[in-house]
Amino acid sequence: MKKEVMESYWRSNVRLVLVLLFVWFSVSFLAGIVFLDFLNQFRFFGYKLGFWFSTQGSIYTFVALIFFYAWCMNKIDEGHGVEEE
Amino acid sequence: MTAQELTYLFVGLTFVLYIGIAIASRSSSTGEFYVAGGHVNPIANGAATAADWMSAASFLSMAGIIAFEGADGARYLMGWTGGYVLLALLFAPYLRKFGKYTVPDFVGDRYYSQTARMVAVVCVIFISFTYVAGQMRGVGIVFSRFLEVDINTGVIIGMAIVFFYSVLGGMKGITYTQVAQYCVLIFAYLVPAIYISIIMTGNPLPMLGLGSTIAGDSSIFLLDKLDGLTDELGMRIFTESNKSMIDMFFITAALMAGTAGLPHVIVRFFTVPRVRDARISAAYALVFIALLYTTAPAVAAFARINIIENIDSVSYSELPQWFKRWEEAGLLAWLDKNGDGDVQYRGGAALSPSKPIYSDERGVNGERELVNEATSGPNELYIDRDIIVLAHPEIAKLPDWVVALVAAGGLAAALSTAAGLLLVISTAISHDLLKKTLMPKISERQELLYARFAAAVAVLVAGLFGINPPGFVAEVVAFAFGLAAATFFPVIFLGIFYKKMNKEAAISAMLTGLIFTSSYIVYFKFIDPSANTSANWWFGISPEGIGTLGMIFSFFVALLVSRFTSPPPLEIQDLVDDIRVPVNSFEKVNET
Repeated sequence: MKKEVMESYWRSNVRLVLVLLFVWFSVSFLAGIVFLDFLNQFRFFGYKLGFWFSTQGSIYTFVALIFFYAWCMNKIDEGHGVEEE
Repeated sequence: MTAQELTYLFVGLTFVLYIGIAIASRSSSTGEFYVAGGHVNPIANGAATAADWMSAASFLSMAGIIAFEGADGARYLMGWTGGYVLLALLFAPYLRKFGKYTVPDFVGDRYYSQTARMVAVVCVIFISFTYVAGQMRGVGIVFSRFLEVDINTGVIIGMAIVFFYSVLGGMKGITYTQVAQYCVLIFAYLVPAIYISIIMTGNPLPMLGLGSTIAGDSSIFLLDKLDGLTDELGMRIFTESNKSMIDMFFITAALMAGTAGLPHVIVRFFTVPRVRDARISAAYALVFIALLYTTAPAVAAFARINIIENIDSVSYSELPQWFKRWEEAGLLAWLDKNGDGDVQYRGGAALSPSKPIYSDERGVNGERELVNEATSGPNELYIDRDIIVLAHPEIAKLPDWVVALVAAGGLAAALSTAAGLLLVISTAISHDLLKKTLMPKISERQELLYARFAAAVAVLVAGLFGINPPGFVAEVVAFAFGLAAATFFPVIFLGIFYKKMNKEAAISAMLTGLIFTSSYIVYFKFIDPSANTSANWWFGISPEGIGTLGMIFSFFVALLVSRFTSPPPLEIQDLVDDIRVPVNSFEKVNET
């Protein structure tokens, strides 16, 4: 494998991880903690929105993030010819 | 059949199942004993990871904490699931590619240092023993409450079962047993929750029931009703936060980073065949975990409403049967402050000191008399949080078989986690301490023998902790997460993402995290517990959340030291390049 290929592979990987971690941080630390009281003035079905994020929404988002990551990484692997058999 | 006979039946059947699986999947090599030969299907590994991860604390205690703390309890929900995002994105694929057996293996090889390996071994053993003691205690509690055997007999039965399948089966036996235990525990958690959700909201999914209107009146949302009840009774309003924001933030972060750094969870990702399997396996694990974690707040809210409605302003003589049973068990107490014979359930502590101390006498209404002083508040009731999950099926008047199922589920949760931890301890001793350090010449067969022997000793020590719990077991759980966050998280992360990270930086970072975090916790938990108030905490961070600050210091020290010391040898930098890609890149990179 060429050094340039590996470097570009690693850059795509890190970029993806950064984007996903930004979402991870937003739904838990921001929506579920820092802006909890602010979001609680809005309703989401029978929930206050902030409470929903901290007890339900953040967890659903985490699940989706990991599936999305696994899917994207497989694409990135293939794009750089480093996928496993 | 009575509830107790049903419990014996369910628990007996599940134990037969676990032992059967263990016999069918014995380990015959160190590879099988340590990482199940690396052939575990990613979905099976996800279920095993979920059972490994969800302990007696998740199953028995978490809903109880949320029931009484309301919105503040979300730190456990977010912390113990969000850690999987870090694990999946930052650790799992690379550690799988690294392909060795243990976390100290990674630390030792990546930092080309036996000292680093030894520091890691000490952390692994300390974290795992802390954790396992609580599991054995959980086993004892379930046995004593439901099967009415002595708590010590319960611990010994639990030890015998774990001994059997971890010593015999190693990782291979544990993995498939854990898959079965996951099925048992999730079934046991969801069935009563679904039942109660239908009764209270008409919606069969508890996660949706929590946001629905109450059965019989479609104009009132369940959470609004609960907020109203808690407000009216002078309690903290259920959906509003009470902890300071900075403390919530730091605790949640410590739980997340700690989760990602816990050795018994990380090691599960060494058992799948390929890097891509490690990625997707983390996703499945979190799906399995999320099923329980999104149900827990619903269970908590339902239970809180049921307790208030069944107990408050009811005369003691007319209280339901479960109240008296748990009072006998010492987990409920009532002090008739105003002498009206009715239970007043209000906000604030009822007793001083807050845990009940019973005399042998009976009060005028037949309640167990207390020697505690009354507090000045109107609340007359003490409820231990840990009874919520166990008592709720009875409180909601569900059939006996559901009550029996919960006991089997609690045991599955405690045993599966205990087994995973014991394996990590035995591997740290036989592989990292003996094979890699003290006696490198032993053959694979001898190493396997030592591994089994170490597992046996670890089971015995864990059992002793369960029978004679050191008073500090509950306190030290904060330790396990704080230490994992402050020691393993930075060195594993930098080991993968920062090629210039070297031996000196790793050792000083681990020691910084270890010393800072443990001093802070030891000071506030043991040396001067009376000072453990927010006024004395640094930046308002409780000992529970201090691991995050320890982690920040640890990162800072690592980056600083690595700037002023020489970079790691070239072959280590090549190793880092290699773990970053799924396929073998080694020779080819060096050629170009």
